Amino acid sequence: MHELSLCESLLGVLSSEARARHFTRIKVVRLELGAFSCVAPDALDFCFTVVTRGTLAENARLDVVRLKGQAWCLNCGETVGIAERYAPCPQCGTYELQISGGDEMRVTELEVE
Amino acid sequence: MCTVCGCGSAPDWAAATEADAAVEAEAAAANPHVHAHGPDHAHDGEHDHSHGHAHPHAHDHHHDHRHPHAHTHGHTHGHAHAAQPAAGETLDYSEAPAGLPDAKGGAGRLIRLERDLLEANNRLAAANRGVFKHRNIFALNLVSSPGSGKTTLLVKTILDLRVARPLAVIEGDQQTSMDAERIRATGVRAVQINTGAMCHLDARMIGDAYQRLSPADNSVLFIENVGNLVCPAGFDLGEAHKVVLLSVTEGEEKPLKYPAMFYAADLLLLTKVDLLAHVAFDVERCLTYARQVNPGIDAICVSATRGDGLAEWYQWLERRHAWFALRTVPATLPGV
Repeated sequence: MHELSLCESLLGVLSSEARARHFTRIKVVRLELGAFSCVAPDALDFCFTVVTRGTLAENARLDVVRLKGQAWCLNCGETVGIAERYAPCPQCGTYELQISGGDEMRVTELEVE
Repeated sequence: MCTVCGCGSAPDWAAATEADAAVEAEAAAANPHVHAHGPDHAHDGEHDHSHGHAHPHAHDHHHDHRHPHAHTHGHTHGHAHAAQPAAGETLDYSEAPAGLPDAKGGAGRLIRLERDLLEANNRLAAANRGVFKHRNIFALNLVSSPGSGKTTLLVKTILDLRVARPLAVIEGDQQTSMDAERIRATGVRAVQINTGAMCHLDARMIGDAYQRLSPADNSVLFIENVGNLVCPAGFDLGEAHKVVLLSVTEGEEKPLKYPAMFYAADLLLLTKVDLLAHVAFDVERCLTYARQVNPGIDAICVSATRGDGLAEWYQWLERRHAWFALRTVPATLPGV
């Protein structure tokens, strides 16, 4: 929905890193996106191309690592994997879950020169 | 314009300047190994991440590469950080991808970092939260799809509560100040934010509106977000609670269709219940769905026109504001 906004925010992160670490061109940007982050990778990719045109990240490749959803099950007392926010615990079938992973939207690696 | 991301116009990076300065200072510390964390970034979301650089990254992810490319560094994420010179830093050349020169060799280098895409907004939201806490201003972020009855409920709430406690309102809409005018007609102060092309309010807009409004100490500050069940879920404004409204003229399956919002909210107000006789809406099923997404969510059925549930809603407000006042003051207060 707001992939364009996120790409502009991403460009802000990249620009500040470029100033801090003295690089002038970015070849690859690696992002971790959680399953619940409400981001469509295809849309993100498209927006990234548009937003980075004429910048230090022009023609950079966006590598997206999808992280699966995780939750802490209060009933089982352990971390379980879930596919949707509304999914039950795969072990005990209850909904007593606290989401512990899947909201991520972060830059984790850059290949630069 | 979105001051996090600048959507709708040119990006505005001023918000990131503070963090950048810190990053640059770190980088200048003559140590090649720099961790790019901004100083006080408030991650929203539930992930734990330790900065001590153990980072054993055990998440089982699949790689969604969007371009053909030969990269063979396999992402084992078991990074052998033991070999690195100092803690808290992220420059790591050990996994230079195939096809790129090694950093020591010249052109390409690999930089590890961990920066949240929403970090600029989260930092401003934390500042808002500190100010609100310091002055015991109880901020509620009202979110819903368009037409669920936010403004109507707000006007009714204001008319019932304005004598008992100080109130203030921030109205967010893409266009027009119609909602703010409805609020001002009650005699309560309201600031209208027009977001233009934007689909959500962000923390900087709230900071600006707060300055303009300067609500009295101990106020309840209602923030009526842009009508949208998707985007506002991700943007922290510094509020004490998100309150999601859902009208019975919408579908009861909304909590499953838009789970992020129902997960982020602490209270569900089911509105327009005076219309239940005329629509096929299963209240129990809707509440079951909502609790499936968020077991801890409170729920109140209300009708602003007929008065159902309003006493319960006001009690919720009063009780939560009292709890808010008792909460520990944040360790660092921004300048107020």
